[in-house]
This record gives sequence, structure tokens and C-alpha cells, in this order.
Amino acid sequence: MIKFVLMVNRQGQTRLSRYYQPVELSRRAQLEADVVRCCLSRRREQCSFVEYKDFKLIYRQYAALFIVVAVTENENELSVYELVHNFVEVLDKYFSRVIMFNLDRVHIILDEMIQNGHVVETNRNRVLAPLSALDKLADG
Amino acid sequence: MPAVSKGDGMRGLAVFISDIRNCKSKEAEIKRINKELANIRSKFKGDKALDGYSKKKYVCKLLFIFLLGHDIDFGHMEAVNLLSSNKYTEKQIGYLFISVLVNSNSELIRLINNAIKNDLSSRNPTFMCLALHCIANVGSREMAEAFASEIPRILVAGDTMDSVKQSAALCLLRLYKTSPDLVLMGEWTSRVVHLLNDQHMGVVTAAISLITCLSQKNPDEFKTCVSLAVSRLSRIVSSASTDLQDYTYYFVPAPWLSCKLLRLLQCYPPPEDGAVKGRLVECLETILNKAQEPPKSKKVQHSNAKNAILFEAISLIIHYDSEPNLLVRACNQLGQFLQHRETNLRYLALESMCTLASSEFSHEAVKTHIETVINALKTERDVSVRQRAADLLYAMCDRSNAKQIVAEMLSYLETADYSIREEMVLKVAILAEKYAVDYSWYVDTILNLIRIAGDYVSEEVWYRVIQIVINRDDVQGYAAKTVFEALQAPACHENMVKVGGYILGEFGNLIAGDPRSSPLVQFNLLHSKFHLCSVPTRALLLSAYIKFINLFPETKATIQEVLRCDSQIRNSDVELQQRAVEYLKLSSIASTDVLATVLEEMPPFPERESSILAKLKKKKGPGAVSASELDDSRREGGAELNGGGGADRVPDTATTVASTASTPSPSADLLGIRSAAPIGASSTNAGSLLVDVFSEAGPAAAAAAAAAAAAAANDDDGFLSSAPPSEDPAPPLSEADELLNKFVCKNNGVLFENQLLQIGIKSEYRQNLGRMYLFYGNKTSVQFASFSTAVSCPGDISAQLNVQTKPVEPLVEGGAQIQQVLNIECLTDFSEAPLLNIKFRYGGALQNITLKLPVTINKFFQPTEMTSHDFFQRWKQLSQPQQEAQKIFKANHNMDTEVLKAKLLGLGTALLENVDPNPENYVCAGVIQTKSQQVGCLLRLEPNGQAQMYRLTLRCSKDSVSSRLCDLLALQF
Repeated sequence: MIKFVLMVNRQGQTRLSRYYQPVELSRRAQLEADVVRCCLSRRREQCSFVEYKDFKLIYRQYAALFIVVAVTENENELSVYELVHNFVEVLDKYFSRVIMFNLDRVHIILDEMIQNGHVVETNRNRVLAPLSALDKLADG
Repeated sequence: MPAVSKGDGMRGLAVFISDIRNCKSKEAEIKRINKELANIRSKFKGDKALDGYSKKKYVCKLLFIFLLGHDIDFGHMEAVNLLSSNKYTEKQIGYLFISVLVNSNSELIRLINNAIKNDLSSRNPTFMCLALHCIANVGSREMAEAFASEIPRILVAGDTMDSVKQSAALCLLRLYKTSPDLVLMGEWTSRVVHLLNDQHMGVVTAAISLITCLSQKNPDEFKTCVSLAVSRLSRIVSSASTDLQDYTYYFVPAPWLSCKLLRLLQCYPPPEDGAVKGRLVECLETILNKAQEPPKSKKVQHSNAKNAILFEAISLIIHYDSEPNLLVRACNQLGQFLQHRETNLRYLALESMCTLASSEFSHEAVKTHIETVINALKTERDVSVRQRAADLLYAMCDRSNAKQIVAEMLSYLETADYSIREEMVLKVAILAEKYAVDYSWYVDTILNLIRIAGDYVSEEVWYRVIQIVINRDDVQGYAAKTVFEALQAPACHENMVKVGGYILGEFGNLIAGDPRSSPLVQFNLLHSKFHLCSVPTRALLLSAYIKFINLFPETKATIQEVLRCDSQIRNSDVELQQRAVEYLKLSSIASTDVLATVLEEMPPFPERESSILAKLKKKKGPGAVSASELDDSRREGGAELNGGGGADRVPDTATTVASTASTPSPSADLLGIRSAAPIGASSTNAGSLLVDVFSEAGPAAAAAAAAAAAAAANDDDGFLSSAPPSEDPAPPLSEADELLNKFVCKNNGVLFENQLLQIGIKSEYRQNLGRMYLFYGNKTSVQFASFSTAVSCPGDISAQLNVQTKPVEPLVEGGAQIQQVLNIECLTDFSEAPLLNIKFRYGGALQNITLKLPVTINKFFQPTEMTSHDFFQRWKQLSQPQQEAQKIFKANHNMDTEVLKAKLLGLGTALLENVDPNPENYVCAGVIQTKSQQVGCLLRLEPNGQAQMYRLTLRCSKDSVSSRLCDLLALQF
């Protein structure tokens, strides 16, 4: 299963973090810094899966943004790798502007796709359905 | 597209976020955040009741602040209030805040539960989903108690909306994981399985996670899911990519769902029903076939999604391990990936092939790829891929290719990454032992291992080679000859000395016939290494020497001499001393017969599980080495190594003699003479004389280790054990003083350098003022963030020095250099140096370095010229004892005249010629300028070239200055 999802920029600042297994708040910063360092230090030709402590990190880079997903041993690496891309495509489809301003919506999208550490929905239209409803509500 | 400017968009929040993004430094950000927190606090505390919109806005800000990494300790109540709002956005923010910030044992849970209950019964699907998400995210015991019976009902009810079903499935999974006792199986369970047939793919995707977890725990109850999963999979696999329009990802139909179905099937053995099985095999074949078809898209997403399914299918094939045809096809497919240009695929192929190698059906097929894998080990640029290649070589190794694989691993070891060397060493050692046909090869391999990677050869490895040599008569002579040769190398690893000492002590006689390795030559060779070894090795060598006396009476006199010398018999280490004393006594008192019995050749070791294998298992955690492998080695080991019988030859006399020993052995004593007490007691174990040799854990210890591992696995935070980095300035580096001393006689240079950062210094001083330019260079290609420096004057210096500076830019680009100017004013004389603290983030990690700023009292010298007469007149005036400081010290540097002169000039004083009657001596004079006073200083340095010594004398008008200057200068010459 998925342990957590992180979105970080090149400077290592966390833009979004979502944990599916409880991690004490006080330890998150340390964990995130560690994880990010682990991924940032890797070169392009290196593979996108990193063994880290007792789990695996799967990461993908989009310009200055890194998305890192931590998974347990038995997760299918490529499917998570593509899940990240699917997530990014959904974000692309929905947002025309900087994501930072709409973090709550990014959360809604992520929650539609991953719940409780498991993939729950992969169809882009259905992922965006609640948000579309929301936007209609606001327009009306 | 929606943008932030909507009526709903919370302008205040947007402004706040832009403010934060525009903050130039961490400090500015913290300041802005604190301001905002104060504002929100006052709003929440204010008399005026806030409307839903403002509440939402402030809670949202808190959430944002939290996500930036700041602690939030209020606002929970307001978030809970939002839950009861009728507006979706307000409710949603409330739930989000609670999911992210409330941990399961918060006292607010009751209030939250109430709100959830209302939403669940609202019949409004979006509200129900929010509530279910929240339960799934928080998942506390109290929530489970409140909702465990409710959720299954929602999940299987006919009229529940699809999206609600999805949330309910994952929510139930969470409750089942946290409180399985509260989720009662019942009528709903069979209906849950039928969700696999649901026409909505999203529902199937969500339900599968739940079903997989339930079937792992109660396989029998959920058995029916196998046939349902197979038929679902079959429908997806055989569909054209257009059939599942919405769930097609880059022309691959429902990749995530397919993976999950294949994963679910791995909970069960192959289906018994022939029809179901036939259908499944067909599916797997189709998946393998598709891998060979030309891609429907050139996009990497297409091939990744396709391969995700393929890898999962291969996992299932390996799990079944019953279809030779499929296994071989899987192996061939993976073989293609081994040479793929995508690193990710090569990595996964190596990993997956590792499990294929253990199947009897595909082992041979895997072996055909040996050259490719060896090549990967040599050429892969990513250490994690190389690691996989090494794992695979280990897995595919058998009797036919062992020599080749061991040779390749040995040669790789010479350049292997440090992180994996120890594991590689263990693997080589295990393979060499497991597949040794002739034991001379085994001995060669292990000795090579020690030669190449001696530091990584653990005790287990060299214990093991000794066990095997002792147990096998046919290799003993060869082993003796080989270690003798290996010890000829001028520099050999200590482990080699240990093995050499032990083996020659036991079997040196087998090669003593050759005059080139006569007893004395052997002894001298061993003894030549003695002084370079650590105490445990020396102890072992002493035991080898006493064995020599028994084997070769002609060495007795030489060895007794060695034992008798002060460095042995009076050694400060009690263990060595006692051995020397006792062995000396033993060799002089005991008759040849007694000696021969006491020092008899070691009896064979009783065979048990290889201690090396135990070590590898411990390293990799339980389960990493398969059970069959263990049985295998035990079986083979038992048959080949334990040449039968002989184990009851316990040299009883040895224990009698040794029982006089009073100190317990601190070292692993292979000769056993010291480890007497426990041995005498446990005579049931025939080989127990060597009890120290086996460092493998007994059953109790193994159980304890397993329990610890399990505990670590249960602890969710197990992977987070280190403390968060401190934001306080680090203590000064250990080398700070040394760095400071480099700058006493010079003003410019590189103060500090590590892999990331270089700090250069230029400084100039006039009167009591100084100006220092610091240059911070980023040596990496990555930006330093939150770069900040601070100069502090701890303790007394704060009143003695005044250092002023401006903050630096918080960002240092990769390869860039920034400059900082310090203005320094000396108020009065000082001894300590100010501290310079540098903090920045590199790749998210806080770097925190503290150095001593090279400002020393001599920087404020004004040179004073004077005649010989004047000099000595003043010298006499400064005759009070405390005004003089003197040191006599050994030269640390070249005593060359020009160098000395340059240093004395660099000091800032005037170097006076023709003053001292002895032309060899140097005298200097200067005035130290401080704001409060001027301190006159006279210096005399008397070198003694013959003795390589100096005498340094300082007389100053202020005594604290004399002693400080004397301390500083004594380190310069």
C-alpha cells in the first residue's frame, strides 16, 4: 500500500504531504527532508525506485516539482509510477494556474484518487466530478 | 477554468499565500506567519461570532501554515464547527483540517463523530463521501466503535451511489485494519465479493483493496473471489482498448485494476476448477503476448502501464510456480528487459528474475542470462541496479556456474560501493562454501576475500573458513601452504593474520618439511606481524606460538624468549600478560606428553547452520533468505563438511589446565584455552571448546531478534527514529581551533572547506579597527536555500570586541559566491575568538556549521622600531613575573630563517635586526591598539636548530596579553 505522497520543489520545500499511515507531526519534517534529499541527489539516468529504510520511494520529476510516493514492499512500482503521472495529468486538466493557490483542491483531487493508501479511482472525469459540482455551485 | 478570483476564492488567503511566497528568508516567513497566527487567534477569541465564510478562511490559512511545516495548536474547535455547515466548501475544509491535523486520540473525536453521523444519514452523496473519508483517515478506535456496523450496510445497500460505495469500501478497510474485532463478518461478506462484478470500474477498484485484505485474513470465507476475479480480469484483458473508454490509460485498458486483480489472485493457490484455471492461463498468455506486440503508442506512459500489468502477471506466475511453459516465457520476457534502455525496467527485471531463479522450472532459463547480469554488475551506473544484479547472481548460482559467479563477484568487490560490500562479502563466502567441490578453491576464495575486502570480512566469515579447514583433512596442507604464502605480503589485513595464525598453529607441521617454510621461518613470519595487530589478534598469535612449541620442539627456545620479554610478560593488557605468563610456565613445566595432550589438534566442529548464513539472514531480515536455501545448506554442509564422528574427542586435559584461568576471555579465542570455565560446565556439547567461534545466535537470541524486528514493523514510526535537526547553532567544529591557528600569521586564505561550501577570507587591520571580507562559495550545482550567517561573541568577548555585519542574501545559487563584510572593533584585549555560524538548506537538509572567526589579538599590532639599547631597557622595565610568559617547545615546522622571518612579520610586529647579541635569535616589538588602551609587547624567539626546539619569551605591559600571545605563537613555529 501507499504510505505517503509528497510534493516538493527543487529547494526541498514541501508543497503537499499526505500520510496514509500515522506519523507524528514532529517527525514529519525530518522524514520529508530525508526523503527529499534521497531523491534530489539522484541523477536522471538512475532508476525511479529507491529503497529507503523498510519501504520504497517512487519518484517522478516535473520541471521543478518532485512527486515522491512511499510504498510498502509489495506494491507494483510501475503502476504507482504511472499513478503519479495520472495525478499530474488530472491537475493539469483542472488547474490553469499555480497549484499553490489551490492546495485544498489538490487535496480533494488526491483524495479522490487515493484513499487510505489504496488506489480508488483512476478515471479523470470521475476524479474531477466533485470539484466540477463544487464549481457549479459557486458559479450559481 | 476555475481560478482564485471567484467569489468563493477567499481573497485574504490568496494574499497571504503570495506574501509567504514572496518572503526572501526563513525569518521573514516566520515573521509573516506569526503575525497571521496572532490575527487568527484574536478573530477566534473575539466577541463577534464569525460567519461560516470567515471561519473557513481562517481554518484554511491554518491548514496552509501547517503544511509549511509549522505547528498549529488551535483552531480545532472552529474546524469541528465547520463540519455542521450546510455549505460543501465549508464542510470540506473542516473535514480536511481534521483529517490532516487530528490524530486518533484527540478528545474532539466525540464531537467529530456526531457530525459524521449526521452526514452519513443525510443521503447527500457528497456529504456521505466526506464523512467516510474522514473516518478512513482518522480511523480511531472510537470511530470504529461508532461506525463499524454502519459502514458494511452502506457498502452493500442497493441504492448507495457508486462514489459512496468506493469511499465506504476503503473506509471499512481502514476500520478492519485498526480494529478487526469490531468488524464482524456476516451476511454482507458474500455481497462484498460480488462487488467484483459491479458494472462500475471505480467501485471494483476500491472494493478489491478491501477484498484482498479480507481474504488474506480469512481465505476460506472469500474463496469465491478467485473465479470472479478471473472472469473480470479476462474481460479486461481481452477487451479492445476502446471498450473501457473511461478507464483506458494511454491505450491500456484499466491498468491499475488489472494489477490489483492479479495481486488478489496471489492470495490463493492456482484455481482448482479446470475451466477457471484455463481461463486464467489464457489471460496470462495474452498479457505475455501483448508485451511482444508493437506498442500502440510511443508514449512512455503506454509502455509503463503495459509493463506494470506484465510484472504483476509474472509475479502471479512465479507465485503459482506450476506452469513451466509460462515460467520460461516470463523469464525470456524479463531477459529482454535486462537490456532495455529504461533503467526502471532493468531494475524491475533484475528484481523479478531473482524470484524466478528459485523455481525449479525456470532456474535453467534464468541461468542463460548470466553474461548480461554480470555485465550489468560491471556497467550499471546506478548502485541500486548493481545491487539487484548482485542479488540475482547470488540467486542463480549453482554448482555449474559457481566458480564463474564467485570470480565475478570477487572482482566486482574491488570496486564495489561501500554500502554493499559487507553483504557482498557474506554472499561470496556463502556461495564459495555451498558449492565448493574442491576445498582448495574454497580456501583460495576466502583468502582472496580477506585480501580484497578485509575490512568487510566479519568474524563469521573467517571463523567459518577455520571450521571447514579443521573439519576436512584433505585441505589442511593446502590451507597451511596458502596462508603461509599470503602472509608473505608486506601489508596484509589483520583478518589474514588471524586465519594464518590459527591455521599455522594447527597445521604448520604439514608444510614444515620444506626448508622455505621451516618452523622457524613460519614463526618469524607470524611474529613479524605481531606488533601491528590489535590485542585480540595478538592473543590469538600467542596461542599459536604455544601450539608451535608442541608441534616443533626446536622452536621452543625462541618462543620462550619471546614470551619472556617484558613486552609480553609485563604487558599492560591483562589478557596478553596472563597468556604470556601461563604459556611460558606451561612450556617449561609440562612434559612433552602433557603438552601434546593439552595442545592436541582441534577436534572437528559439530556441524550446524552456517554462521555466515545466519548473519546474512539477520542483515536482510527474516524471510530474505528462503527456507529452502537454509535446508539446502544444512543438508549439503552436513554431508560434506562433517566428515563423520570424531566430535567426542574433547581434550579434557585442556580444560583442566585452562580452568586455572581466572579472567574471562574478552576475545574470540579460537584455541579455547582461555574460555575454560563455561566449557567445563557444558560438557554435553562435544565441540564446546570452540564455543566462542560460533557467534551465531542461539534459538533464544534468534527469537528475541525476531520479536524486535516484529516490534519495529508494528511501530508505524519505526522508520523515523532520529531526532529532528536542531535549529540552534551547532557547537564549533572540532577543527575550529586548528583553522583559527592557520590565520594567526596571515590575513588571507581559505578558512574552511567541505564538499558543499568553501569560505575564503580577506582581512585588513588598522589601529584598533579591522575589516574582514568573507566569501561563501557554493561548490555544488544546487541552490542553497535559507542561507544565513551569524557572528556571535560569547562570554567575555562581547565586551572586548565589537563585530558588525549585514545579513547575506538567503539564496546562494549553485556555483555562485557571495560576499559578506565584517567590521571589527577591538575594545580591549581578548583571548577567545568570536564564533561564525553558517546555516543553510541543501536539498532540504539543514546544514549547520560553526567556526571560530580568525580574529586574534595580534591583528591589532602596530610595529615599533627601536634600537638595541631601547629594546633591552624596556625589556628590563617589564620585569614583573606576571608580565612575562615563556614557553619552550619542539619545532612543528621547518626552522628555515626566511620562513620564520615571514611568520614574524605576518604577526604584525616589527622584526628588529641587530638587537640581540646572538644573531640566531629573533626579537620583535609592537604595540597592540585597543580602544581602551595600548599594550606594548616585546618578543624574543630563540631557536635551537640542533635540538629542534624553540624558547619563546613575551613581555607585555598587560599580563593577560603576554600569556595569550605566547599560547597563540607557540603553535606557529
